[in-house]
Amino acid sequence: MDLLIIFISAAIVNNFVLSLFLGICPFIGVSNKTSSALSMGMATTFVMVLTAIVSWLLYFLLLVPFKLEFLQIPSFILVIASLVQFVEMVIKKVSQPIYRALGIFLPLITTNCAILGFALLLSMREYTLIQSIIFGLGAGVGFTVALLIMSGIREELELTDVPKAFRGAPITLIIAGLLALAFMGFAGMI
Amino acid sequence: MKKNKTLSYEFIKGLWEINPIFKQVLGMCPTLAVTVSVMNGLAMALATTFVLVFSSLLISSFRKLIPNQVRIAAFIVVIATFVTIADLVMKAKFPELSKALGPFVPLIVVNCLILGRQEVFASKNNPLRSLLDALGNGAGFLIALVIMGGIREIIGSRTLMGYSVLPNSFEPWLIIILPAGAFLTLGLLMGFANLYVERKKRIELEAGIAKYKAAKNTLDIKLGEK
Repeated sequence: MDLLIIFISAAIVNNFVLSLFLGICPFIGVSNKTSSALSMGMATTFVMVLTAIVSWLLYFLLLVPFKLEFLQIPSFILVIASLVQFVEMVIKKVSQPIYRALGIFLPLITTNCAILGFALLLSMREYTLIQSIIFGLGAGVGFTVALLIMSGIREELELTDVPKAFRGAPITLIIAGLLALAFMGFAGMI
Repeated sequence: MKKNKTLSYEFIKGLWEINPIFKQVLGMCPTLAVTVSVMNGLAMALATTFVLVFSSLLISSFRKLIPNQVRIAAFIVVIATFVTIADLVMKAKFPELSKALGPFVPLIVVNCLILGRQEVFASKNNPLRSLLDALGNGAGFLIALVIMGGIREIIGSRTLMGYSVLPNSFEPWLIIILPAGAFLTLGLLMGFANLYVERKKRIELEAGIAKYKAAKNTLDIKLGEK
């Protein structure tokens, strides 16, 4: 029950993109096509779960016992970046189809603010390892959902006549605002 | 980036021409998240500028020593060091502000604006130019954040820098200080900025055409006289 609440809270109520403003860059950059949005979302979910495990181990087993919390930011970034690079190489060797689906997005998201923000939130909330993994899964699913909805709307948007000054980033932001408004409806769920 | 640009240009271009928010669309996360009030926006922009200026200075000084293959990793370590300094200082000196900004102070590390300036500018130019470039971009970021914070604070909570500016009869638009309002405000602001630039360009273009026509007329007359 506890785990379910963590999952739903991370995926819908406190959606990473629409209510915590983490990962806005890929949200605006990669939401042109539904297919690339799905790949990006899946890659992010994967990295988040990985980050959950690694940063939990790093923070609670290494940094806290040795009173090295002030090294949190550089150590998180270096460990996450090198780990993702390593996983990318492994995937490339092991499975070509998965590499083609996720591969090109992996290096893009290693130091994306959604991932680092997630790792920092994790250390603030003091979850257990299992809870952290569920939190990562929920956050990733929420990110994917937001990206998919956005890409669907943007595909339709190409057919509409938007004023020239509002094309590109401005209209995307306004749509994101309306989506955030819709997601506020979930606020009372938990 | 041409070498013959004047030093003052390196600073001024950051304010509008390549403004991080309105032109490059970089560093959106903090812009949206912390601009609930002018004070938060100002604090965030100053912290970001601090990190940007010192990272640019350090990286441009060492630009010939950093091997090209590991430059990104080197940039990130330098940036992370300054962010840690900024974060710890804020926690010690301004605990309330640090709490209000939440995880967005440590997240300056992954602000694409900072890494972008290192990659595009500081790794290719001398320290003085990089310093001016960093200051200009920081100032541009500050302007955008203060404008955003100002609009959202006035409309959303009736105050500016904590002082009441609108009469009590004005019902604050709560939506503007909620997440949805952040997206809407920035989207509209960018749209109207584009609209203004477009109109200005059109007026300049029309003036240019008129000038050209007048010049052509006088030339025709002169040719006719001959």
